[in-house]
Amino acid sequence: MSLQRLWSRGAIYLVLIAFCLFYLMPFYVMFITGLKPYEDLNVTRMWELPDGIHLDGIKEAWERVAPNFKNTLVITIPAALISSLIGSMNGYIFAKWRFRGSDTIFILFLVGMFLPYQGILIPLVRTLQVFGLYGSQVGLIMVHCIFGIAITALLFRGYYAGIPNELLDAGKIDGCGFFGLYRYVLLPISMPAFAVVLLWQFTSIWNDYLIGLTVLSSPRLAPINVAVQNIAGSWSVEWNVQMSAALIAALPTIVVYLALGKLFMQGLLAGSLKG
Amino acid sequence: MAQGERGRAASPIRVALRRRARWLHGDTALAVLVLLPSIIAVAIFIYGFIVWTGYISTVKWNSSIEDYTSVGLENWRTLFGMERFRWDLRNLVLYAAAFMSQCIIFGFLIAVLLNQKIKGEAIFRTIVIFPFAVSGVVTGVAWRWLMQPTTGINLILQRIGFTNFDFQWNADPTLGILAISLAAGWQFTGYIMALYLAGLRGISDEVREAALVDGASTYRLYRHIIIPLLMPVTFTAVVLTGMGSIRVFDLVMILAGPAFSTDTLAFHMYQATFGQYRWSLGAALGFLMIFLSLFLVVPYMRSMRGEVER
Amino acid sequence: MKGLNRVSWLLVLVLIFSAALAACGGDKEEKVAGNLEIFSWWTSGGEVEALQAVYDIFSEKYPDVTIENAALASGQGQGGNMKALLETRMLGGEPPDSFQVHLGRELIDSHVVADRMEDLDFLYEEEGLYDVFPEDVIAIASYEGKPYSVPVNIHRSNVMWYRPSRLAEVGVTEPPATWDEFFDVAEKLKAAGIPALAIGEQGAAGGFSGHIFENILVSVMGPEKYRGLFDGSTGWDDADVTKSLEILNRAYDYANPDFANTSWGDINDRFVSDDGPAMMIMGDWTHGVLMSLGFKDYHWTVAPGTQGLFMVLSDSFGLPKNAPDRENAIAFLRVIGSKEGQDAFNPIKGSIPARTDGDRSKYDEYLNGAMDAFKTDEGVPSIQHGAAAKQSFLVDYDIALGELSTNHDVAKVQQLLVDAAKAAEFGE
Repeated sequence: MSLQRLWSRGAIYLVLIAFCLFYLMPFYVMFITGLKPYEDLNVTRMWELPDGIHLDGIKEAWERVAPNFKNTLVITIPAALISSLIGSMNGYIFAKWRFRGSDTIFILFLVGMFLPYQGILIPLVRTLQVFGLYGSQVGLIMVHCIFGIAITALLFRGYYAGIPNELLDAGKIDGCGFFGLYRYVLLPISMPAFAVVLLWQFTSIWNDYLIGLTVLSSPRLAPINVAVQNIAGSWSVEWNVQMSAALIAALPTIVVYLALGKLFMQGLLAGSLKG
Repeated sequence: MAQGERGRAASPIRVALRRRARWLHGDTALAVLVLLPSIIAVAIFIYGFIVWTGYISTVKWNSSIEDYTSVGLENWRTLFGMERFRWDLRNLVLYAAAFMSQCIIFGFLIAVLLNQKIKGEAIFRTIVIFPFAVSGVVTGVAWRWLMQPTTGINLILQRIGFTNFDFQWNADPTLGILAISLAAGWQFTGYIMALYLAGLRGISDEVREAALVDGASTYRLYRHIIIPLLMPVTFTAVVLTGMGSIRVFDLVMILAGPAFSTDTLAFHMYQATFGQYRWSLGAALGFLMIFLSLFLVVPYMRSMRGEVER
Repeated sequence: MKGLNRVSWLLVLVLIFSAALAACGGDKEEKVAGNLEIFSWWTSGGEVEALQAVYDIFSEKYPDVTIENAALASGQGQGGNMKALLETRMLGGEPPDSFQVHLGRELIDSHVVADRMEDLDFLYEEEGLYDVFPEDVIAIASYEGKPYSVPVNIHRSNVMWYRPSRLAEVGVTEPPATWDEFFDVAEKLKAAGIPALAIGEQGAAGGFSGHIFENILVSVMGPEKYRGLFDGSTGWDDADVTKSLEILNRAYDYANPDFANTSWGDINDRFVSDDGPAMMIMGDWTHGVLMSLGFKDYHWTVAPGTQGLFMVLSDSFGLPKNAPDRENAIAFLRVIGSKEGQDAFNPIKGSIPARTDGDRSKYDEYLNGAMDAFKTDEGVPSIQHGAAAKQSFLVDYDIALGELSTNHDVAKVQQLLVDAAKAAEFGE
């Protein structure tokens, strides 16, 4: 390798490492602060590693947010599952059962996906109240499913579009109708798509803040991110507890991301329709 | 089976009859039926609600008393006359500019570097996208301490020599909103980077080689070939970051600076509606946000139309 | 043709299981007789314990009622998120059994005018509260002649806490009694490098300056004119308002230099630190906080220019219409309004009882002094703590003063206050 090439290769690595430090820095801070005891929380010693692992911050944070953590699981898992199933069915229709106007409908779905929720918050609250769903887990699950219609349909449609029609034709010859094709031909081979969509929906719903805050903000039942903001906004809570709470909230999605990163990427790329 | 396929030589009547036959076919009807609940849900919960919000913005419901007396555009006049609204717009522009630039420039840069066949590419990529996995709230909590003027980033900078550096970050009355965009950029750049990386990978090596054979320098290669080829990705990035800028809420809830300095449309809407019980004013803000988003969404959808009707 | 493979069935099962879990876990519809849901924003040390003391008394009397203490402290301003949640619940016709609310316009303009609260005339009669609460307090609690909530405590807003040792460093032995004196002392302190006034203005609608400002307003205008600000008879464009803004503006020069980054919750830590400010104008809950920090080097006086005045704020509880457990709620209000309840609550909270027959022996030196002052001084309602004006005005007011702390533009900020008053429709 020539010197110049070595130099430019070196520069590339340097720049990348610098960026990585930037992206890891907040995690580092969160992590070490969460593990410090209250006495060690000091503005001048913020960057220093804790001497030993102190779990008081994490214990107290967990005491405060455990009900919220559990509640978020109860909301996120069903919502992710249901919205994935709905998306799968809708994606199937948009990909393989196109009828007049179905493309327009699809575009209208997508437009809805993009719009800021502030534009529908007030009617949403009133409607949920009228149906007795305001402040309930069921209500929140329902809202997440409805808002997930577009993105799940998009992801599944993309996946199913890549399945050759011959496969379906074979099924039709065997006598399958609409449901039969779905159940016997597409569903068995949909697992990769389900994995991607479930993961994406789980992450989106788990990380949600605005909808949870609006629909279900009661202290015990609120989703985890709402609970963390409550702690962060409470003036009398120590840093280490705040950071620990944030860590607890971030843990599931981080674990999911690290373990299933590839699937995550697929969702990420497919979700923007390009690339 | 696709409609709108050009070049089909069939008389209009026959095409229409054929279409009608397909429409009435049992299974297609079933498809429509299955899709119907979703259509109704979207129609009501999104489009219907948007109209409803617009309606609420024209009535007199600005206190705890639910008052639907029509006041026309008065809430809008009030809104546009508010000092706070001027700040919201100013902050939107600054935030969007900073957020977009960060994500696109850094995203592109990192993608280009990662595309250079380097060792450990997967690790680098994982780290850069890592922040995207966590929520806005978690991002805000971590960055709030980084941005504390007495500690955090300032501390590091002071230790390495900039002893007088005491930038107030998100508490700065003028630049606070830019500090928030930094936290947002930290979180979102990975996503844009992934888009660019996929885009770069989609450019075949032959294109590159052809350019090099023609004697193009790396700079010219990028400027005249690669960047133009990646225009669709850039367009997507602009739309996504633009939407993010209009919507930014979670971060502001946690990183808010003094008074109007970091106020945004979304935060103003939430505070007006749920903090001050000015529902109609909040509705006006919400509706305005939808309106602003359309400027991004409509062109994006139009460009999508071609892809969708494949 | 295979049937649905195992994985798909597993998915369906998990789905059903989770949905069932959600349905069972959802406790929204559980209306077991004997519940009591109380909203508050009391989550820190002394506050929670004080409320718990009341709950203990309640539980002794009504052992089979389950108390659900829904406390939420965060959000914009005090209890911002709780108030938002409460408002939405009320709007939907599903109130809690009772909720903490500041006595006065905060309650009246939020829920009473919307016809969502029951008037408590009957309760006041039954419990003899008309005789034990001072007239001023009942007046603040009332709308159209009827009281709508039961005050549990009285806090005083116009208190100035000072550190004798810091003042002594510049040869000052008595705290300033007027704003002119204040600035003289402040100059001396500044020359010695000591911040004169503690301020913690962090956040979008901090409120700390709002607290100080209401005390400046009443010292400049006097009680009559001050009250006029909220019924339209005094305009916010008045020259006295300008003068007050100028005083506040000047005070920022003598504040702790990091005031823009110190939150209200952290200000006490700043006050007690070695290089902390010499004086702080803050309500008398500060007493309890400073004591809990083990701090001894402080004493108190009234805020400059407010001698003979008692700027009142009070936490209270009301009875929403359609409360799910109305009888329990009323029982709770009885406890809250009782001598036993108030004497259990207030010493821990650091406030004085709203009742005039509190057991003096339970209260410390400061609180006894406050109880004396409360009897003799003229009461004026606090803006910052919901007595004088509605919630929406308070937000605008706090933001305006936050603007003052950053741009120091008195004219602009006064215009913001005028606009806020207009939006709040004072006196209309």
